Amino acid sequence: MMKGVSKRIGSIKFSCVSPEEIRKMSATKVITADTYDDDGFPIDMGLMDPHLGVIEPGLRCKTCGHKVDECPGHFGHIDLAMPVIHVGFIKDIKRLLESTCRICGRILLTAEQIEAHRIASERMEELGGDTIDQKLLTKETSKDASSKPICPHCSAEQMKIKLDKPTTFREGDDGHKLTPKEVRERLERIPDEDLLPLGIDPQTCRPEWMVLTALAVPPVTVRPSITLDSGDRSEDDLTHKLVDVLRINQRLRENRDAGAPQLIVEDLWELLQYHVTTYFDNQTSGIPPARHRSGRPLKTLVQRLKGKEGRFRSNLSGKRVNFSARTVISPDPLLSINEVGVPITAARELTVPVHVNEHNIDFLRTLVARGPSPPEGEEHLVGVNYVIRSDGRRIRVTDRNAETVAEGLELDYTVERQLMDGDVVLFNRQPSLHRMSMMAHTVRIMPGKTFRFNLCVCPPYNADFDGDEMNLHVLQSDEARAEARILMAVQENILSPRYGGPIIGAIHDHVTGAYYLTHDNPKFDSMQALTILSKLEHKTLVDPIEIDGEKYWTGKQLFSLVLPPDFQAIFKSSICQNCDQCKKEDCEFDSYVKIKDGKLLCGTIDAKAIGNSKGKILDKIARDYGSERVRQFIDECTRLCLGAIMNRGFSTGIDDEDIPEEASLQIREFNKESVEKVDKLVESYREGTLEQMPGRSLRETLEVEAMKVLGKARDEAGRVAGKHLGMENSAVVMAKSGARGSMLNLSQMAGAVGQQAVRGERLSRGYWNRTLPHFKKGDLGAEAKGFVANSYKSGLNPTEFFFHSMGGREGLVDTAVRTSRSGYMQRRLISALEDLKLTADGTIRNTADTIVQFRYGEDGVDPARTVQGKAIDLDDVFAEVLGDDAELLLQLEEASIGEDYATLEKDEMEFIEEEEVSFEEPDFGGE
Amino acid sequence: MADILTFNVLEHSLVPEHYLLTDEEADQVLSKLRITRDQLPKIRRTDPGIKVLENIYGPIDEGKLVKIVRKSETAEEFVVYRLVIRG
Ligand SMILES: [Mg+2]
Ligand SMILES: [Zn+2]
Ligand SMILES: [Zn+2]
Ligand SMILES: [Zn+2]
Repeated sequence: MMKGVSKRIGSIKFSCVSPEEIRKMSATKVITADTYDDDGFPIDMGLMDPHLGVIEPGLRCKTCGHKVDECPGHFGHIDLAMPVIHVGFIKDIKRLLESTCRICGRILLTAEQIEAHRIASERMEELGGDTIDQKLLTKETSKDASSKPICPHCSAEQMKIKLDKPTTFREGDDGHKLTPKEVRERLERIPDEDLLPLGIDPQTCRPEWMVLTALAVPPVTVRPSITLDSGDRSEDDLTHKLVDVLRINQRLRENRDAGAPQLIVEDLWELLQYHVTTYFDNQTSGIPPARHRSGRPLKTLVQRLKGKEGRFRSNLSGKRVNFSARTVISPDPLLSINEVGVPITAARELTVPVHVNEHNIDFLRTLVARGPSPPEGEEHLVGVNYVIRSDGRRIRVTDRNAETVAEGLELDYTVERQLMDGDVVLFNRQPSLHRMSMMAHTVRIMPGKTFRFNLCVCPPYNADFDGDEMNLHVLQSDEARAEARILMAVQENILSPRYGGPIIGAIHDHVTGAYYLTHDNPKFDSMQALTILSKLEHKTLVDPIEIDGEKYWTGKQLFSLVLPPDFQAIFKSSICQNCDQCKKEDCEFDSYVKIKDGKLLCGTIDAKAIGNSKGKILDKIARDYGSERVRQFIDECTRLCLGAIMNRGFSTGIDDEDIPEEASLQIREFNKESVEKVDKLVESYREGTLEQMPGRSLRETLEVEAMKVLGKARDEAGRVAGKHLGMENSAVVMAKSGARGSMLNLSQMAGAVGQQAVRGERLSRGYWNRTLPHFKKGDLGAEAKGFVANSYKSGLNPTEFFFHSMGGREGLVDTAVRTSRSGYMQRRLISALEDLKLTADGTIRNTADTIVQFRYGEDGVDPARTVQGKAIDLDDVFAEVLGDDAELLLQLEEASIGEDYATLEKDEMEFIEEEEVSFEEPDFGGE
Repeated sequence: MADILTFNVLEHSLVPEHYLLTDEEADQVLSKLRITRDQLPKIRRTDPGIKVLENIYGPIDEGKLVKIVRKSETAEEFVVYRLVIRG
């Protein structure tokens, strides 16, 4: 086995390679543009010369004698007939030409100025300036030099250099063209000692090397040819490009040697320049990209590296890995939030290496003896796929050899056993926007073909089950497993660092279930109570209440069973009506929650209590009792709430939006009135009697007034509808308890959809002076400008439907724009922050060991441990110290920071999810 | 310089306090933090804050240290040191 050699890289220096070096490292000179002869053998000194490496199995490299995969490949070279400018250095060449003398080659600075630069550079080095700072300094120096009209050394007059993109230099007012040869001669004249101020280290680089006289030919391993099914050979794009270079190079040499007219030679020279330029970068602006015969642009060197599909983003920042699985996800409320259900088929492929020692050898022997596919029965049996001997040899375990391999098992072997219950794995859903997108779960092997997890874990992954897929990674070392358990386990991530509150908690039906379990304290007979509790672990039932000789348990008693015995809390429910004077315990809506000594005394449990992002009880248990206790609470809560909702039964349908005839009449009436009011406004606007608002034009005043009237119309419709939608209505229960939906959604379904807007204004665009041909030109009335008087349930008429689509489109466009932008911003942030670390002395440092922050976050506070961003929760401290007396002090009007953040981020993440509609981001070259 | 004299940025409520450290103070800070000058965050000589200090102390060379005291909601007050560099 190969042992890793660990050495520390002190520094890496990039420089230019000289033509001599290109020739020296070249395995062969390439002179002919033909690649293979008629028999299909590579031609010597052609682009596929066997000296350049091997790509065909069985053959040996003519340079090093190794076979495929052992031979790294070897460079060749092309001697260019005439020098050619390297596009990649075009900016540097221009800078050098501008800041040096056209006659004597010296830098256009006096000795004092050069010395000043040297001192500044040294000082910068001393004070920790990096290469970027140094580059800025040289840029300044070059700028100073290029502004000199006369050489301070030979007094020669300087001319202006112009760059004709992409690679032609012109000089002086007449635009006299500088050939690459002339450019090279000028660069050759720059003395070594003048290069340092210009940012070039003469020890490793000479500027004339930026004008090529020899071109390195990459090994064939870099540009392998593929044999198609038809037997035809298909060459790599780079090979195609090199063929072009060779052809033109050949013709140029012949013409030049034959003394052809200057014009022809120059044309060929320029053509060679074109081919070499596109060989480096086929997207150089100013020249057409070289194309394949099919019309597809060739992928040359720069294209291999750049962009999303380039080497950096696709192969270096993102890699494909082993020991991972991907499949569709589905819910399972009976799993703990810490668990993930893994299908048997996946578990048989994924393996964990186990080192054989004297304690586990017997156990591992039985596993190995089962082979890779033990019979499926009642109990899932774990098999073994591979055994690795102490000398590093891998033995594939098959059903045939399982017995023998098991007998031969020795200490110090490694057994790659299949995944089993309790293994720690990482579970991930893209896009991985925050650290909760990848958490550690414990495995539960299950039948079926999907990954399963508890619904409470949907929000951190932003997952739903409409076909979402997720990835799973099996950890391979003890260190990784320990780290994952301590840092990445789901229960350790219940409190989000995004806002100091829980991100994992009850959602949807859990909240509804909790509402029905606790609201107005329903009674359950022993059958019902035990059914609800049957999914829970063993619990000691409290004494029942007795009515008419029958034993009953109340919902609040049942809920109290899952609370810690000494738990205290006081807060208001989601359903709270925000009465002017809170009646507290006597609240007629049962929305004042008071928990004392682990007993729910009054109030309704809903989203404010156990919901994700605002659940007070969750938050408090997580903080005061630790992650293990909240995990238990959430697990038990899930089961209890589902028991409660299944006991009662729950459904919603279109008739939940039914309102009485007189109510819809009332809404219609009010809408009509509003439309008439707008008509009146328009009339007074036309007559000029509309009173102008300060700072607004008459037209703007009209718009504001109309919006106000129509906004009121929708509110009124919502109010009227809401009056008839009470807490006996399932949809209202969901909206009010915070399970799903809002009252606005409901009033749009039952009442009226309301005014549609684009950029916050009434609709105005479409046809000339009108929105649709259904209206008169210049119609400013309500219907003509996007007012939807109907509700979703009553149905929209065609014009309304069209207006509604216009309003909806704006949202989609916003989404598309925001997706690509936030994705780009996030990548930039990540690359800026990825290697910062918190050091032992409390400072945040980068890899160069320079301080970025003197203390983490400039306050040393972990946002995940804050109370909605605040370092301590004073109310909580008061409550703890003062007990009941604190109630008077408590500000129940809680700051709802967490809530706002949570909803905002949710929207943001939903936007990001729709990745398909993204625009290409601006590309700033290298990563 | 005239434009600097007309408005002192350090008097703005959103600009943190800047103090120029003497060489002795600077050395004390460095030894307390156990770092060398090059490991500090930087501030350019052209920074408006430095220009105000230059009005008081005269030209400030590269390599000087500036102490910046920020107000913080969570930490009340937070002190950072920056190294003056060219620019
Ligand atoms: Mg989905
Ligand atoms: Zn080789
Ligand atoms: Zn000169
Ligand atoms: Zn109340």
